[in-house]
Amino acid sequence: MKGRVWRYGDHVNTDLIISGRYLDDYDPRHLARHALEDLDPVFSQDVRYGDIIVAGRNFGCGSSREQAPVALKTAGVAAVVATSFARIFYRNAINIGLPVVECPEAHANFHVGEIALINIEKGILVNESTGRTMRFDPLPPFLLEILRSGGLVSTTRKRFQPKP
Amino acid sequence: MAPTTFAQKVLAQASGEPAVEPGQIVNARIDLAMSHENAALVLRSFREIGASQVWDRDKMVILFDHRIPANTTKAAENHKAVREFVRAEGLPHFYDMREGICHQVLPEKGHVRPGMLIVGSDSHTTSYGALGAFSTGIGATEMASVWATGELWLKVPRTIRIRFEGDLLPGVMSKDVILNVIGQLGADGADYRCVEYTGPTVDAMSVASRLVLCNMAVEMGAKAGVCFPDQKVQRYLAGRTTKAYVPVVSDADAPVERTLELDVSKLGPQVACPHQVDNVRPVEEVEGLPIDQALIGSCTNGRMEDLIAAASLISGQTVAEGVRLIIVPASREVYLEAMERGILASFVRAGALVLNPGCGPCLGAHQGLLAPGERAITTTNRNFRGRMGSPEAEIYLASPLTVAASAIKGVVTDPRRLML
Ligand code: SF4
Repeated sequence: MKGRVWRYGDHVNTDLIISGRYLDDYDPRHLARHALEDLDPVFSQDVRYGDIIVAGRNFGCGSSREQAPVALKTAGVAAVVATSFARIFYRNAINIGLPVVECPEAHANFHVGEIALINIEKGILVNESTGRTMRFDPLPPFLLEILRSGGLVSTTRKRFQPKP
Repeated sequence: MAPTTFAQKVLAQASGEPAVEPGQIVNARIDLAMSHENAALVLRSFREIGASQVWDRDKMVILFDHRIPANTTKAAENHKAVREFVRAEGLPHFYDMREGICHQVLPEKGHVRPGMLIVGSDSHTTSYGALGAFSTGIGATEMASVWATGELWLKVPRTIRIRFEGDLLPGVMSKDVILNVIGQLGADGADYRCVEYTGPTVDAMSVASRLVLCNMAVEMGAKAGVCFPDQKVQRYLAGRTTKAYVPVVSDADAPVERTLELDVSKLGPQVACPHQVDNVRPVEEVEGLPIDQALIGSCTNGRMEDLIAAASLISGQTVAEGVRLIIVPASREVYLEAMERGILASFVRAGALVLNPGCGPCLGAHQGLLAPGERAITTTNRNFRGRMGSPEAEIYLASPLTVAASAIKGVVTDPRRLML
């Protein structure tokens, strides 16, 4: 995948990604409209399908709200690259089919608006604007499989489908 | 057998393996699955999965606490959808809005026992470690998968052991201890780890105080926090559950990643300043900052010992002019006891608002939000920007004693000044 970069700092928490005041309505489009609102009001207006977020340490810390990755994914975000992730956000993102990449080098090597190219399976991240190539540990195969099938619901559903 | 940690033992037991190593991914059988309002969200994914019924009615608890009574029509619709599901499935452990906050109600109702593997669709599910369970927060979609299969993949975490020594000084509570630890380790200082709280200071603490330590483990990124069960836990559970349990404890020489020794005998009250929980300072450094709102409650500090501590300062006093003091007991049990002992009356006389048990303003959904430019001091567990209303407001986290003292004085106040 390839996309335009939005860059944020350390400890971007789930309240910043989607505030508690919007959580009574589960409509993903409603969540997307308020994604990252308290951190960067411009984001939800200007984000384009396929954009990539590059952030610092502990991205997604805080609540277990799955609406956080859902809001980003629905807003059009194709992947989040961070120095590190908080564990529940990391799980939630994979479970709803939003690719997450843990790559400590990335934050220092991207600026807003540059173009990132990610090969999730091979663990390669390229800053196309500067030509710099970085590597990361790809997800274990069974997590890649969940991502590939679009999330955990489809993976689990297979267990409950009537056998032919 | 090689010495192993608490996390290894519980996860080996739950996955039917003779032994597991940190970093290993296991498929674990879940002993208890908890959801609050977001059961409505879980339900959507559960329906998509297409399982004909839930895996085990007896191992699920659902309750409402975040938006009670319903604060919007949407919230009411979600409550209704969950109620209908509970009825249709015949789920026996459902607490509608009358009981209080999940992390207080589950221990109270005897659902939490030592050695269990518990997941909850709420990040502060780490709380149940105070009773010796391995418990962690998960998302709604994976909760749907747990409802359907009773299983979940989990990575066996590495362990950080913190050994506390020393008696707490008057005016200092377990909240100050954990804030201090988070300040030292940082908001991601225990990422993915299981944190073991040990040592004489923890042994001397009540179950309620240990719940505070484990509740806030997630604020340094931990997957779980635990205090090993002792007689206090046994006494707490007696009368709450008749089910048998086998305590699980780390071996003393288990391979922990890191051990911290902390002497808390000189520790004073601590305050987490905006907008991160690890931005912790001694109260002296922020004393005198004017406040607009004070809140005592939440799953962190809404228990009897917290209300008693707060009442010891507030009783007979008046809340400062221009300050709103909000009290939210954590559960119906706490609410009733505080009512019967006259503690709620003393708050009301002082000018406080006493809300129904629940999450209240803690997550910024309702019941006491902040305007731009306002400042609050609260016993809750998160001070993220915008957490309690306007992103332009400031939230300071502190102990019930510090919040009570500040409410009386109208400025951030060291509680020891009022205890002379
Ligand atoms: S009291 Fe606050 S932190 Fe605790 S469960 Fe409720 S919203 Fe979450």
